[in-house]
Amino acid sequence: MGEVIVWAVWFAAAGGCLASGVAVVSLQNPFYSALALIGNLASLAILYLLVSAEFLAAAQVLVYAGAVMVMFLFVVAYLGGKADAPWAGGPPLLRTAAVVAAAALLVEIVVVLGLAWGDDLRDPAEVDDSFGSPGAIGELFLTDHLLAFEITSIVLLVAAVGGVVLGTARERE
Amino acid sequence: MSGPGIGWYLIVAATLFGIGAMGVMLRRSPLIVLLSLEIMLNAGSLALIAFSRQLGNLDGQVFALAVMAVAAAEVAIGLGLIVAMARREMPLDVDEATVLRG
Repeated sequence: MGEVIVWAVWFAAAGGCLASGVAVVSLQNPFYSALALIGNLASLAILYLLVSAEFLAAAQVLVYAGAVMVMFLFVVAYLGGKADAPWAGGPPLLRTAAVVAAAALLVEIVVVLGLAWGDDLRDPAEVDDSFGSPGAIGELFLTDHLLAFEITSIVLLVAAVGGVVLGTARERE
Repeated sequence: MSGPGIGWYLIVAATLFGIGAMGVMLRRSPLIVLLSLEIMLNAGSLALIAFSRQLGNLDGQVFALAVMAVAAAEVAIGLGLIVAMARREMPLDVDEATVLRG
């Protein structure tokens, strides 16, 4: 019974994920696209929970669906009517080429995965309950991945400074 | 891990990546291009986390957290650029933005 529930939740989350992804790409109004992306991020968080990434699921909802998307919606509202660009521009040949290129990427990924498929991908490893908990991830960040942790903080600092520089009005011409 | 195996997760991740790539290449509004980029980054994160669970190694989840930080930085800079473009009365259309200098 538990197995059936897991599969049902998985299909609901995966279906919601793909449907809202299509909605983000196809909707004309950027505001609705951003709202669809929030749905996409929420269903991804459910998928994360199913692969025992509890901390990442929480961070996904807090950082993405919370902070990033609020900023995004704020900018869309600030721009107002200016944000409306044509749905897709350029000659029809370019549009067809874009669809073909995206389909080719997808085929490449599937082919590479199929070639790499082996016995080690059949049965998942045994993990204990602390797998994916904040404590386990925090310990890794402060031991094995300390350099990555520090570089991430510098990246965020540079991005914050860059955002301020870009956002400051300059009137020197 | 009861329920779906890693293959199911990888199928969703690959499809999501394809959807995002199509959005980046097809759409003309820089806002939608940014949103599609987010979808592509998240597809990569999903694959990382699925492999992390499959192999019982937490490094993949740490990498996914770093991806999340990079995505936040990218959105901050990208939105700043878009607001700067709008302020200079440039059209918000990636086909029209052909000059790098202000």
